[in-house]
Amino acid sequence: MELHNVWFVLIAVLWIGYFFLEGFDFGIGVLTRLLARDRAEKRVLINTIGPVWDGNEVWLLTAGGATFAAFPEWYATLFSGFYLPLLAILISLIVRGVAFEYRAKRPEERWQRNWEAAIFWTSLIPAFLWGVAFGNIVRGVKIDSEFEYVGNVWDLLNPYALLGGLVTLTLFTFHGAVFAALKTVGDIRGRARQLAQRVGLVTAVLALVFLLWTQAGSGDGKSLVALVVAVAALVAALVANRAGREGWSFTLSGVTIVAAVAMLFLTLFPNVMPSTLNADWSLTVTNASSSPYTLKIMTWLSVIAMPIVLLYQGWTYWVFRKRIGTQHIAEPAH
Amino acid sequence: MDLALAPETLARWQFGITTVYHFLFVPLTISLAALTAGLQTAWVRTEKEKYLRATKFWGKLFLINIAMGVVTGIVQEFQFGMNWSDYSRFVGDIFGAPLAFEALIAFFFESTFIGLWIFGWDKLPKKIHLACIWMVSFGTLVSAYFILAANSWMQHPVGYRINEEKGRAELTDFWLVLTQNTTLNQVFHSFAAAFLTGGAFMVGIAAFHLMRKKHIPVMRTSLRLGLVTMAVGGLLTAVSGDTLGKVMYEQQPMKMAAAEALWESESPAPFSVFAYGDVDKGHNKVALEIPGLLSFLAHGDFNSPVPGINDTNEALQEKFGPGDYKPIVPVAYWSFRWMIGFGMASFSLALLGLWLTRKRFLLPAALRTGEDEIPHLVLLKKPIGPRLSRLYWLLALWTMAFPLIANAWGWIFTEMGRQPWVVYGLMQTRHAVSPGVSQAEVITSMGIFTALYAALAVIEVKLLAKYVKAGPPELTEADLNPPKKIGGDLRDADKPMAFSY
Repeated sequence: MELHNVWFVLIAVLWIGYFFLEGFDFGIGVLTRLLARDRAEKRVLINTIGPVWDGNEVWLLTAGGATFAAFPEWYATLFSGFYLPLLAILISLIVRGVAFEYRAKRPEERWQRNWEAAIFWTSLIPAFLWGVAFGNIVRGVKIDSEFEYVGNVWDLLNPYALLGGLVTLTLFTFHGAVFAALKTVGDIRGRARQLAQRVGLVTAVLALVFLLWTQAGSGDGKSLVALVVAVAALVAALVANRAGREGWSFTLSGVTIVAAVAMLFLTLFPNVMPSTLNADWSLTVTNASSSPYTLKIMTWLSVIAMPIVLLYQGWTYWVFRKRIGTQHIAEPAH
Repeated sequence: MDLALAPETLARWQFGITTVYHFLFVPLTISLAALTAGLQTAWVRTEKEKYLRATKFWGKLFLINIAMGVVTGIVQEFQFGMNWSDYSRFVGDIFGAPLAFEALIAFFFESTFIGLWIFGWDKLPKKIHLACIWMVSFGTLVSAYFILAANSWMQHPVGYRINEEKGRAELTDFWLVLTQNTTLNQVFHSFAAAFLTGGAFMVGIAAFHLMRKKHIPVMRTSLRLGLVTMAVGGLLTAVSGDTLGKVMYEQQPMKMAAAEALWESESPAPFSVFAYGDVDKGHNKVALEIPGLLSFLAHGDFNSPVPGINDTNEALQEKFGPGDYKPIVPVAYWSFRWMIGFGMASFSLALLGLWLTRKRFLLPAALRTGEDEIPHLVLLKKPIGPRLSRLYWLLALWTMAFPLIANAWGWIFTEMGRQPWVVYGLMQTRHAVSPGVSQAEVITSMGIFTALYAALAVIEVKLLAKYVKAGPPELTEADLNPPKKIGGDLRDADKPMAFSY
């Protein structure tokens, strides 16, 4: 396989890793409003991702850096083109990170309430906007012969992309709910399962429509396989959740994310950002990629570094494998 | 909306604001990670409680600070694409690689191990927990290294060729990008300055408590550690600044001529202490100078010629075609002075502090103090009076931010001094911006970032002040009995977590 194709796969892997991991982080953030009944339960939810959310977010930074290095034209067109949505995502991620770290550092009611509101909104907004962004990438946007995005922000808010946003939002919330069921103990655990069941059904309907729409637009045999896997895994996740098999349910909701994102990338290939103005102006793996030398260095880097990253990140989850309930949350000394 | 501005003006302001702000947290993070790790190592080795209390105290301040460093860093990863898309297209083949390396090697390290460290007090055996903070420290250093390699390439591009067909620069020698002398000197200089910064932070806060006669054992240790860090960091900052300056005289003579407001080439060239000039006419009206010193700083002897701004401009016009190749001279001139002035003021204060608080053999036996006493400040043979002592503590407290100011001016100098180039000799800044991004969009993002960053600064400083005033925490039973097994003690299933958000 040629290196630019390898890198297309690797970029897909980074985004898949990002959505798998930060997907449940975003979901947990949304659930602080939908599921938690009081502050103690909010804190239980936040602490299920406490030690890991930061590491999960690095998948995004790596996807960004790797796109810059491997496909500079894609990086340039995508982030200058999707300027305002990306700005909203960046602002959300800034506030969200600070909110996690600072929320418990002061006892005042207003302080804690404000940061809690921040955690909810700054999880919800990117969870929605990433779907909008990927919907537009797959559907194609107005790109001119110079690879510049020439549409405006309203062009990005088309029905297909907005549906994509709803899919990621609900899917991540579902993923977060089954994660919460897997990681908590006590009353909240059962309610997480119940909520997962409801959110999961909504997700299944939205995802089915979105993925079929995608398939109808630019799908092929491979993308159809991914579509079937995604939908089947989602249904299976719901069945497992209903049966109280939390580990399976989480694994299967993860498979749904993997397969759904894989499907988007499969329909995209060999484009990386199709132009709706003229097919010749589309960014592709060949015209957007870096030189073979750079790709070679980057390939060596990932071959060596990625397994190590997976090892120590995986180890973190093992260290913090214990379920958390309200009894584990101590009131910090102020 | 179209303001009568050069296309790059707003993007440059935004980059300046977000990057200078980000870099307030970076050097503190780099140095506090290592200092906290050092203190925790002392705890693990000696089992003296003051080291654990110090670790927890400085560790908390470190965490409040790194949270800001991390989130403001996210913007940096995407800002090149947002506001500088033509830059990204032109340099991505080269510039992207160190960024990807930084993310894959350093960011994952930092963020994963910091999670383990924050939440791991009751989950990891002592030594493994200690290893986590060292991993974080390693991550901060590696991260800084790669991003400085990327910046050094903008200062002095090497290991590339120009692909005319694709209209971009392409990497030919990555090793050279990572090891060229610009990179090595910038890394040396930035690391040293980072430790000067963290040392000053530690000394200022320790002085605050010692002045109020509180938390003496912990703060005495911190003062000592901080002063030594500052002195070593300050010395190395000066040494590396000198070598970096010599490298810059070779690679960017215009930047250094502007730093001195040296309009005409001179031999021997004087070092300017103060100057006020007429930029349009290209000369200084008022100048206070030390003869020969600039020749020495640039080339190591007092007589060699140093090229001036006007000559360098002509030489650059000959090489790159008609145009004005001068940076904004007053900015370069004053930022250079403020960088050195604030940095070296801080360094001097550390040397003074080290001398005043010296111990053992240098001090008469009667003046030596125990571990739980406030050290006497001794200038010659007798302790200085309470008012003078208080003055020193106050100075240490008030000048705590001097290195931060010096760092900021240092970056402003090196980036503004390179103008009009974004990549020296290859690409001018005005050709680097995103052609498709409107002024309204840039103003929107700049306004939001500035307002958000200002609000976060207030929140952060207040939070720091709260935890500074609170002092080192009392140790609990759990602190003194860390788990023996990975994952923590599973027998008492309902025990509260040692730390929770």
